[in-house]
Amino acid sequence: MIRESLMEVGRINMQMEELRSKGRAEDDQEMLDLSMEKARLLRPCVNLTAEDKVFLARKIERPHIDDFIKALFTDFFEQRGDHLYDDDPAIYGGIARFHGIPVSVVGHRKGHTAEENVAYNFGMAKPEGYRKALRIMDQAEKFGRPIITFIDTPGAFPGIDAEEHGQGEAIARNMARMSSYHVPVISIVTGEGSSGGALALGVCNRLLMLEYAVYSVLSPEGFASILWKDSSRHAEACEIMKLTADDIREANVADEVIPEPLGGGQENPKRLYGSMDMAIEKNLSALMAMSPGELLRDKRRKFRGMQ
Amino acid sequence: MEKEERSLKTVLMTVTRKLAPDYVNCKSCGRRAVRKVWQENMNICPFCGRYQAMSADQRLGLIFDPGSRQDFNSDAGVRDPLNFPGYSEKAKKLEKKTGLKESAVTAFGRINGIRVVAVVLDTRFFMGSMSSIVGEKVTRAVETADREKLPLIIFAASGGARMQEGIHSLMQMAKTSSAVQEFSENGGLYISCLTHPTTGGVTASFATLGDITLAEPGALIGFAGPRVIEQTIGVKLPKGFQRAEYLHKHGFVDRIVKRQELKEVLYDILKLHEDSRGGFAEDIRKGGQG
Ligand SMILES: [Zn+2]
Repeated sequence: MIRESLMEVGRINMQMEELRSKGRAEDDQEMLDLSMEKARLLRPCVNLTAEDKVFLARKIERPHIDDFIKALFTDFFEQRGDHLYDDDPAIYGGIARFHGIPVSVVGHRKGHTAEENVAYNFGMAKPEGYRKALRIMDQAEKFGRPIITFIDTPGAFPGIDAEEHGQGEAIARNMARMSSYHVPVISIVTGEGSSGGALALGVCNRLLMLEYAVYSVLSPEGFASILWKDSSRHAEACEIMKLTADDIREANVADEVIPEPLGGGQENPKRLYGSMDMAIEKNLSALMAMSPGELLRDKRRKFRGMQ
Repeated sequence: MEKEERSLKTVLMTVTRKLAPDYVNCKSCGRRAVRKVWQENMNICPFCGRYQAMSADQRLGLIFDPGSRQDFNSDAGVRDPLNFPGYSEKAKKLEKKTGLKESAVTAFGRINGIRVVAVVLDTRFFMGSMSSIVGEKVTRAVETADREKLPLIIFAASGGARMQEGIHSLMQMAKTSSAVQEFSENGGLYISCLTHPTTGGVTASFATLGDITLAEPGALIGFAGPRVIEQTIGVKLPKGFQRAEYLHKHGFVDRIVKRQELKEVLYDILKLHEDSRGGFAEDIRKGGQG
């Protein structure tokens, strides 16, 4: 488990930040020592287990949709609510420009602090959240804007109101409608993509995954407790579920894996955004060269072929 | 003498057990009735009225005109994409026990003369969970109905995802939803009938995308399981939560239909659509330029 070394790295990052803010020449040697110590601690990250990747995918410091929108897009105009019942803070999105091109962007929202996570319900959406996403995406289809979705959720919210308002129908409707769009759709699993709550934003022409993101039918804890009635068999579940980005690429579900800095995106966000920008640019220009009919058929063929 | 008496007793007991009728215990009221009585009563408890699961054969027998059933894609058996320990063995055991190769049964048949495509998920096979082959059979049934311009009726019943197939199970939700969407765009009629229990990935895909949604009395229908919800929010669930009647009240089910009335209700819906102006709808789909 890389948990301990990454906690140590976190402490070193803070010390380095402090020294940098002082900007004194006499601290140079200490800075050098710290960065060497950090490199030593990150070395085991070249060979991560599935459980390590689940840990990284859920890390609170990991960049989330707010960070991606700031780093990769301009002119962001947030759209709020499903205009039917309510606004769900677990889903975030609107209209923006990517390299100058107007696009619609939407995804699950997670925070970097406990307060933010409570406010965003840890990225667990309710039906009104999925319907908010649908409203954003339907408008993209209407105005011919490409759609980019960011997937990062432990799953759909299991609650009384969520069930009363048709959680199942909301997820199903999103998948059905997404399958019929004629605009380019790119989905990126950036953290944990768990269950139908993830797939509700994932019926796309191209599915990309960050290197340490995971995608699965259910959380490893849920999987272990359903199959073995024992949620403590977490590590075993992570391994057997084949949920890492490489596994999902191997299963022909993901089209491409976007490399991350050693130890995860949070260790060098700028580098991560650079890789994401390149991957989106490449896939978007390929898709934008296709006609509406081709894009529709391409997407239908992709999901028809899912075994 | 004592020994003889004992063996005579054993023989008598064995004979009685063999001659005795096969009983079914009601899971709701606990009373028991002869299996044949249950079956003649469409698997509804003769004492308290609780609905027990129907096999695919019983279900299709209930709605189809005698002799009209024609199965298709019945050879496809379980795939094991993750090489999941013990999964293939369990599937073989279930096949031997139920005669089914997978949970989904797909067939043509007639309902008072009207030809339809029907799908039944049989809960005896992995609780009707969504596997790669279940997704494929449902998708092919939707495509068949589309190609032959027939109405589609699906009897959903599912414990959710087939965990043993991991991400492959999840992707079937997108595959089936996409197929239903295309069928719908082409004007196909889809009647979804939710039976006990319909949960998880099946609820969040084809089961909730019907033009008409029916449900059986008392059926549990939901996305998240009641236990998961209780654990997450730490609140006791309201009475009747996630039951068919509750969904009917909240506007996600059009009608709750008793088994005694099922065939006639289906026929009425089919007939209403058959008599609708199909040609007119076709013109609208072509752009309404005429
Ligand atoms: Zn009873």
